[in-house]
Amino acid sequence: MTETQAPQREAPRAPLWRRSTLLRHACFAVLGLLGFWLLSIALDPFANLQLAQIAYTAIAVAGLTVLSGLSGQISLGHGAFVAVGAYTAALLLENAEWSLAPVLVVATAGTALVGTLVGVAAARLRGPYLAGATLALAVGLPSLADYHGLRDLLGGANGLIVSPPVPPLSLGETFPLERWQSWICGICLVVVLFLLANLSRSRLGRDMRLVREDEDAAALSGVHVARTQILAFCVSAGCAGLAGGLFAIVNNLAAPGAFTLALSLSLLTAAVLGGLGSLAGAVYGAVIVTLLPNWSTDLAQQADLPRAVYANIPLVLYGLVLILVILAFPGGIQSGVRRIGRLLRRNRKN
Amino acid sequence: MVLSRRPRTAVALTAALALTLTACGGGGSGGGSTPGVTDTDVLIGSTLPLTGNAAPGYSEQGPAAKAMFDYINASGGIHGRKINLKYVDDAYNPANTVTLTKQLVLEDKVFAMVGALGTPTHTKVVDFLNSSRVPDLFVASGCTCWDQPDKNPYTYGWQPDYTVEGKILGDYVAKNFADKKVAYFYQDDDFGADGMKGLDKFIDQSLVVSRQPYQPGNTDVAAQVSAIARSGAEVVVLETIPAYTALFKLTALKLGYNPQLVASSVGADPVTVAGLLENFAKQSGASVKGSDLVEGLVSSAYLPASSNAQNSWIQLFKKVHDTYIPNLPFDGNVIYAMSYAYTFAQVLQAAGKDLTRQGLIDALNKGGFTGPGLVPFRYGPESHAGYTGGQISTIRGGQQVLSGTPLTTDDGDGPVVPYTQPQPAAPANGVPAA
Repeated sequence: MTETQAPQREAPRAPLWRRSTLLRHACFAVLGLLGFWLLSIALDPFANLQLAQIAYTAIAVAGLTVLSGLSGQISLGHGAFVAVGAYTAALLLENAEWSLAPVLVVATAGTALVGTLVGVAAARLRGPYLAGATLALAVGLPSLADYHGLRDLLGGANGLIVSPPVPPLSLGETFPLERWQSWICGICLVVVLFLLANLSRSRLGRDMRLVREDEDAAALSGVHVARTQILAFCVSAGCAGLAGGLFAIVNNLAAPGAFTLALSLSLLTAAVLGGLGSLAGAVYGAVIVTLLPNWSTDLAQQADLPRAVYANIPLVLYGLVLILVILAFPGGIQSGVRRIGRLLRRNRKN
Repeated sequence: MVLSRRPRTAVALTAALALTLTACGGGGSGGGSTPGVTDTDVLIGSTLPLTGNAAPGYSEQGPAAKAMFDYINASGGIHGRKINLKYVDDAYNPANTVTLTKQLVLEDKVFAMVGALGTPTHTKVVDFLNSSRVPDLFVASGCTCWDQPDKNPYTYGWQPDYTVEGKILGDYVAKNFADKKVAYFYQDDDFGADGMKGLDKFIDQSLVVSRQPYQPGNTDVAAQVSAIARSGAEVVVLETIPAYTALFKLTALKLGYNPQLVASSVGADPVTVAGLLENFAKQSGASVKGSDLVEGLVSSAYLPASSNAQNSWIQLFKKVHDTYIPNLPFDGNVIYAMSYAYTFAQVLQAAGKDLTRQGLIDALNKGGFTGPGLVPFRYGPESHAGYTGGQISTIRGGQQVLSGTPLTTDDGDGPVVPYTQPQPAAPANGVPAA
């Protein structure tokens, strides 16, 4: 989505779906939905749970990648926005007993609002100061649940338990809950990617890129820098909020222990691994940060290692993958995919 | 058909996802109709923190329970079946607990969960386990919430719940420190709240001069401790995990405040607390002898003390410890895990040769299990609560010394009554008798 426009001379001859950005993205969205559906019916329930986790993680990472990759602002605190979304959804589902769709909309909108407030502060901060402020957010916000006045509402350290959404009976009595959860997350992911892809191609997306490259130049050419940065925070927090709402219904919980600093950092890791600014990269990154810890733990368990070693294996593997990817593709996995794609095309032409 | 550039990415992405996800699919499965059970093996699962903030002490429980099962397996197992425990690290993060528990049930097809640790973590999977009809035995936490047979017919507690323990400690304080001013220092969550509920049933409210909470994770407790010191309390009851028992003691030491300490068994293991005291003191550049500082600490014990070499259960557990996990300290956590492992083996024995999940639950509900504990369990169709009480213990010379008889009570308004049955001896081969 960030690559340069197709060469002008090709445009008139290209089919309609390639000429219209909206139509092209719609085609991808339909393809994506189809792919997700095929995947989910081919997989067993536990893999569907992982698929759902990948999907909501990808939504949060896609939001983060818009913030950092497009508008050039860094956030070390996106886990806090995920927490806001999760708590919002949990409260509405359990206390107010809303149905799922409006809950997710409110979780998204509510978190976007919080993000806008943070964005207002963030627009005045640069580089390490912004990183520090968002880091404080990641550390501080989840402990609000333990604040005395909010204890009864938010459940304190124990958090809130969320009942999972039940698959409709029309799907059959034995339809696995995990597949239903992955469908909900999959649809949300495709919608979010569709919207973000359009946003990135819109005037706002172009303004964001301008602001990222040079704030002074952007301001000189008539871009409202602060407003653009705040909007980026708003959109990005909204994505994290939606991811949080989905997190709550997939993991059946909203609890402070789930929204650690490690979550914020793993979202950033996913964005960097996949390729900052690339929506497809957000999906690759989400796949890695969701599956890798799980696999490495399994691996360590099977190898029957001493506990001190065993406990550290997932972290070591995490580090190794990060180093390897960054060494091989400094621009993230998506840049590698593009490079391989270019090589293949060149070979075919020869 | 020549794919244009972008759809190829989409296809590659889908293919990559499909490959990665199916690669982790599959996995083991039971041969018979009951998941996790074959003629030669039974597979069970557990989640606990092996890493992270909650790991110290608790991380020993997985290896210790496994060691006990290995020992039983070496003696022929139960009904010819070996017990295989798969324990996994949730780092005390409830989101990990959910994923790992589902993995244990859906992928590994465990027969039951045994000894899963933690209130904030395990409360999030109780619904899943019960709707999947997976026995969820002996949750390692004293939350009163495990005892809801109507709502969660497959979930069972194991240790005495925090209210039961609070009542026994409250009864002791009321009788032995009559008319002395009392303060509570408590963990600001269900643990502290349930514990105080028990204490308040016995301790005269006009004598309670201060109640100070702490947040786990925040290690600066100076404000709370000095408030308690200022209140002039002569007895301080600690509803704390081991780290905060040690922090309270060290902070009080700095203030020159030396009240009588009474602590919930959760935070009173002398080996663990003494070790923490020395570690914390070292971090702040001081040197203390931990075992001296825990001297006189009163608690309630429901298992024999690790230092009690005369006890047949401790002899058995020490043998298992020396054979399978000699590198771990022989402390309360190890004894705790070996004890619930033994209770599980007992229930498995009682469930008979034809093992089913319902059969296991039926055997457990029949009750009558006695084992390493000093008091009986309360298991039955109407109750899924674990141990019913404990015995007052005081740390003398770095060791827990029991006094009086074991006491039992409930978590309602029932009285605290002595339990006079002697503790049965441990079987020589470690395998519960049929």
